[in-house]
Amino acid sequence: MIGIGKTAFGAFADKGIRALAVEAIRNSLSDAGIEGRQIDAFYLGNFAGPSFVGQNHLAPYVGLAAGLERGVPCTRIEDACASSGSAFFHGVQSVAAGQNDLVLVAGVEKMTSQTTPRVAEILAGAGDMSGEGAAGATFPALFAMIARRHMYQYGTSREQLASVAVKNHANGAQNPLAHMRKTISIEQALAGKPISEPLTVFDCSLVSDGAAAVVIAPLDRAREFTSRFARVLAVAQTSDFVALDEKEDITTFDAVRTAGEKAYRGAGLGPGDIDVAELHDCFTIAEIVASEDLGFVAKGDGGPFAAAGCTAIGGTIPINTSGGLKSKGHPVGATGVGQICDIVMQLRGDAGSRQVARHRVGLAQNLGGSGATCVVSILGNP
Amino acid sequence: MEQTFESTAGVVYTETVVSAAPQAHAASAPYQLVIVQLESGSRLTGRVVGDRVSIGDRVVLAETRNGTPFFRKADSPPL
Repeated sequence: MIGIGKTAFGAFADKGIRALAVEAIRNSLSDAGIEGRQIDAFYLGNFAGPSFVGQNHLAPYVGLAAGLERGVPCTRIEDACASSGSAFFHGVQSVAAGQNDLVLVAGVEKMTSQTTPRVAEILAGAGDMSGEGAAGATFPALFAMIARRHMYQYGTSREQLASVAVKNHANGAQNPLAHMRKTISIEQALAGKPISEPLTVFDCSLVSDGAAAVVIAPLDRAREFTSRFARVLAVAQTSDFVALDEKEDITTFDAVRTAGEKAYRGAGLGPGDIDVAELHDCFTIAEIVASEDLGFVAKGDGGPFAAAGCTAIGGTIPINTSGGLKSKGHPVGATGVGQICDIVMQLRGDAGSRQVARHRVGLAQNLGGSGATCVVSILGNP
Repeated sequence: MEQTFESTAGVVYTETVVSAAPQAHAASAPYQLVIVQLESGSRLTGRVVGDRVSIGDRVVLAETRNGTPFFRKADSPPL
């Protein structure tokens, strides 16, 4: 990976979906020191541009505006909240297979121009609209049901869930590109407006606008462009049933476990080798479950692990030093590539006050829906 | 197709009370949503009518509206 670029995440009334994507792409091209016309293929992750802003055919729409050459293949990929993680997976595959040399992967979402109930309805489309969706399940409701079951089976507490939000806000407050740059107390997190019991507003990620982009090159060519490249040690994508009621045990995500196992195997590493991780905290419970499924802590112990500070900067495994989806923001289609940019910043030692001490290997985990898609990427320094 | 009592009774596997509803369901919020472990072995996502239920409570199918099952707490004591 020879270049990364992001926009700030937030609510930007004056920036359209194309302007956001172009800004992130131009940042990634200039970081890589290349021109748009050098790109051989473009993969764009986007969940619901057609529903949020009424724009289809986004990949060439964005790509050519960002300076890509006419004729270059431009493809949009949709896998719910894992759309740009999936785009990254496919971009890496095409370079690894020798089909392309320089590949641009970006993600974008423009969400804040819709009302909250309409956003909830569009997001619910990442679930099974004939079953759970028709019954009135929102995504907070699906993860609330996961949280309830996790609390029932493992004794996970409300306070432990809240500790994830407090930690991610503490990190996001120091991230200049984060949507909500403020710290919160455990009392505030517990007293938040109820969204779907037991989750309050502070357990939920943010509705944001934003974009992120990376430039991928074959490893043997990376040094032509920069000495600060990041190696893709492994990237794995997996799938599972879309409907929550089709999964045997909802306190674990099969797709996350298998993507983690494949990625660890591909990189020849284990959870103990990871120095820093960005996990998909669309809800506080999701970060706890992912920390267990990826082997950072034993099944069921994710709550106490987070509450004890083990996932904070300086802890055993710093998780979501960017602030995560909770504080940095969650422009759905941009999240996967955004996480990868955040890991690369840590690997380069560019994370400022959020920098972790040891930063040789990082992991990013991007989840789609209630676990029907997962992409796990393991990145390392040259 | 007529469903038998046996195929539509079960135990609450998980539940939540939804306060922030999507547009189409906003008028009925707050409402309780459940995943029920049916005696037949499969699971079904539906809504609750009447008393609130908790994980482990026995429920029976009260009615079906637009394809969505509505469960109510069974009179029998929890398993």
